[in-house]
Amino acid sequence: MPLDNPSANTRKYKLVGTRPDRQDGFDKVTGRAKFGADAVAPGQLAGSILRSPHAHARIRSIDTSKAEKLAGVKAVVTRADFPDKTAGDSGLFDILTNIMARDKALYEGHAVAAVAAVSPAVAKQALKLIKVDYEVLPHVTDVDEAMKPTAPVLHPKLFTEGLAEKPKKPSNIARRYEFGHGDVEAGFAKADIIVERSFKTEATHQGYIEPHACLANVSPDGSGELWVCTQGHFMVRDYCARLLGLEISKLRVTASEIGGGFGGKTTVFLEPVALALSRKANRPVKLVMSRDEVFKCTGPTSSASIDVKIGVTKDGLITAADATLRYQGGAFPGSPAEFGAMSAFAQYHLDNVRTIAYDVVTNRPKQAAYRAPGAPMANFAVESMIEELAHKLGMAPIDFRIKNAAREGTRSSYGPVYGPIGLLATLEEARKHPHFKAPLGPNQGRGMAAGFWFNFGGQSCVSLNIPVDGTVTISVGSPDIGGSRASMCLMTAEELGIPYEHVRAIIADTSSLGYNDVTDGSRTTFATGMACILAARDAIKKLCQRAARMWGIPEEAVTWEKGYAKPAGANAGNFPPLSLKEIAAASGGTGGPIAGHHEYSADGAGVSFATHICDVEVDPETGATRIVRYTVLQDAGKAVHPSYVEGQFQGGAVQGIGWALNEEYVYGKDGRLQNAGFLDYRIPVCSDLPMIDTKILEIPNPGHPYGVRGVGETSIVPPLAAVANAVSNAVGVRMTELPISPPRLLKALDTVSLAKAS
Amino acid sequence: MSGIHVTTKINGDEVQFVCEADESLLDVLRNRLGLTGAKEGCGTGDCGACSVTVDGRLTCSCLVLGAEVDGHDIGTIEGMAMGDELHPLQKKFIEHAALQCGICTPGFLVAAKALLDHNPEPTETEIRFGLAGNLCRCTGYDKIVRAVQAAAEEMNSAKKIQQKVA
Repeated sequence: MPLDNPSANTRKYKLVGTRPDRQDGFDKVTGRAKFGADAVAPGQLAGSILRSPHAHARIRSIDTSKAEKLAGVKAVVTRADFPDKTAGDSGLFDILTNIMARDKALYEGHAVAAVAAVSPAVAKQALKLIKVDYEVLPHVTDVDEAMKPTAPVLHPKLFTEGLAEKPKKPSNIARRYEFGHGDVEAGFAKADIIVERSFKTEATHQGYIEPHACLANVSPDGSGELWVCTQGHFMVRDYCARLLGLEISKLRVTASEIGGGFGGKTTVFLEPVALALSRKANRPVKLVMSRDEVFKCTGPTSSASIDVKIGVTKDGLITAADATLRYQGGAFPGSPAEFGAMSAFAQYHLDNVRTIAYDVVTNRPKQAAYRAPGAPMANFAVESMIEELAHKLGMAPIDFRIKNAAREGTRSSYGPVYGPIGLLATLEEARKHPHFKAPLGPNQGRGMAAGFWFNFGGQSCVSLNIPVDGTVTISVGSPDIGGSRASMCLMTAEELGIPYEHVRAIIADTSSLGYNDVTDGSRTTFATGMACILAARDAIKKLCQRAARMWGIPEEAVTWEKGYAKPAGANAGNFPPLSLKEIAAASGGTGGPIAGHHEYSADGAGVSFATHICDVEVDPETGATRIVRYTVLQDAGKAVHPSYVEGQFQGGAVQGIGWALNEEYVYGKDGRLQNAGFLDYRIPVCSDLPMIDTKILEIPNPGHPYGVRGVGETSIVPPLAAVANAVSNAVGVRMTELPISPPRLLKALDTVSLAKAS
Repeated sequence: MSGIHVTTKINGDEVQFVCEADESLLDVLRNRLGLTGAKEGCGTGDCGACSVTVDGRLTCSCLVLGAEVDGHDIGTIEGMAMGDELHPLQKKFIEHAALQCGICTPGFLVAAKALLDHNPEPTETEIRFGLAGNLCRCTGYDKIVRAVQAAAEEMNSAKKIQQKVA
């Protein structure tokens, strides 16, 4: 695909890089925007789901007869209503098993049955009448415990993949991964200093404020409609159709406004159940999760246990780096252990590097992607060690990082050789930043970390329509979680040469466009945005054809400049330029409606790096940590709408701060989640935080006509280590377990004072 | 179960409804009255997405029963703009990119208005504590605080101009 070369591009942008109001803003500040739970259908029923109270139990039988007889109940479904249509696709079978338990309940909250009734009250009453006969089994929720040979085995058919030989016995280790190059043993032999430590992080939830919700309506003729809050309605359509045996083209899925996702809405939970209930009842069915269900039944991210070993020479050159990562991903294979292993050392130029990762199953909810899945935990372990090594070397941590930083031409720890990347730029900018020189008070500490994320391209399909008044509608298939419609409009208007206000973006339903990948992998502004640019170029070609027809000259003799068709070559100056508006107004007589399209699978997503600086103040009496100052420096390639780029930096940083200081899944001995609510699972609130300073750097991505890189995920990678390093520097103890909640910090402080006393 | 008849005022208009004894005000607003601007993020008063005012006092509508509001004045996000003129807070939220997904926005706006009604010139710390009952997972709060500061400034300077004119 021919692209402009942005690195050599001196293009001056008229709109890209400005900060206009988002066009969905008005609806969102007036309460008019319709989210997942806001839709209503005539005659709709209320659905409700019965969930396992046990962490691990065999389901001997389910008796729904009493519930079915209750007045007002219109449908009840259980595993019997979800026959296996997955044709050997084990990933799809796991999804089927996760949305409705089959022979066993694999975690507390696992769906066991569902009811549709005339009101939520009747549905809840019906759930109480369903009798499930459980045989409670031993459970395991900790990753290291789950890997022991004595651990209760979740899946008798799970044999570890990725080993030289297939193991003889099943276990909870789904897969082993290995990445790296060089010879780590030889590298360690050259080292003057070697440090080695183990780290642990707890599972955290994406914590989107909108619980999952959908409204399903299936007709007896097999056609269906689904309204749902999701990061990818095409994904929802395809999964649901395959799980339920529907024809894909007969299921029309509309994405509602989405109240946050962060990766957590990249799969299905309620949707196939709502469709099955609707099909059985022959009525629309609405299913909405409670917050308790969101915590217990939807994907948090993995908890992790990581060992890191790094060797350096006296003058601060890393000679070898080695890590072993163990990630539990809940009851099914698929934890982001692989991404953890790939990204752990991605910010360094290393001759000898190795990472080994294990994907482990436990009796917890199936993990879902969470912003840069797998990377923050690995980064916490590695960047903590880097800080410690710098101290040992007597080097400033930032100088040590700069000395070993990956740069253009570096062979990354996961294989590919980097093109132009922005890591050094963020580090150099950090060193110059006033934050770096600001004085610290008593009980305060400063930490930093550098982080990496891959970014993704993927499939996008865009239609652009130009009605007779010369305004433009772009139909995209990527749900807008954070203001991406504004970016799409900016890029489209830039390309066409018309005002931003003349372009409107909508999220089209699955029957109106070709397949679009989920809004994930920081792909939307990059890949769907590039599809908007290319659809605009397609429309420009057609606009030029129409102008040629209006002038009676050959098509090749027309060029497009700043929103106008102009005669070129021999005809230059023969006709006054025609504006997009004039060509559109005449379109009925020159060949009909004018539209542009683009559909593709985008390659060339540029990798992204960020450096974060964090100051904390620790209260030695309570163990509480307060963020005093925080700065994010990240490469955006090209910031299309800088306010929303800053918003991504700030939001990711604060999620990372929550992960570092407060957030964790707390399990009781019974394998039940102890803190399934926002009171006890405490995400950062406004009064916990200072302003989050940002600095956008722009090192163009050669894979995008404007140089855009994804920005959404990298910002959650460095905060865990930046905060932990700041706390460790404040108290003089290396914090190796997250979150650094007050009890953990007090324990660490006690250890120090005990050591001092003795 | 027989319904309870309730007469109340919502955004200045008299409204009557019948609800069950165990229905929250949030459920009544959303499911009976079609006012879906208030959102249910938790149902336990922890997230503030369902914020409304009851007689001018900031309240989580998920923690109040529908039956309790008989004879009281309710304010919701749907009543915040004056006709087609947005409230300064609404304008500043858009201008400052104080929302990403927007699910928490109605609650934040109702809470911020309640804050400014009581304290027209809040410090940053007062804003942060005034909004600590509302959760936002997208923004890290930075741009929300700045939007509230900008709205307060605009409202105060408008007030000063009015005072001068008077």
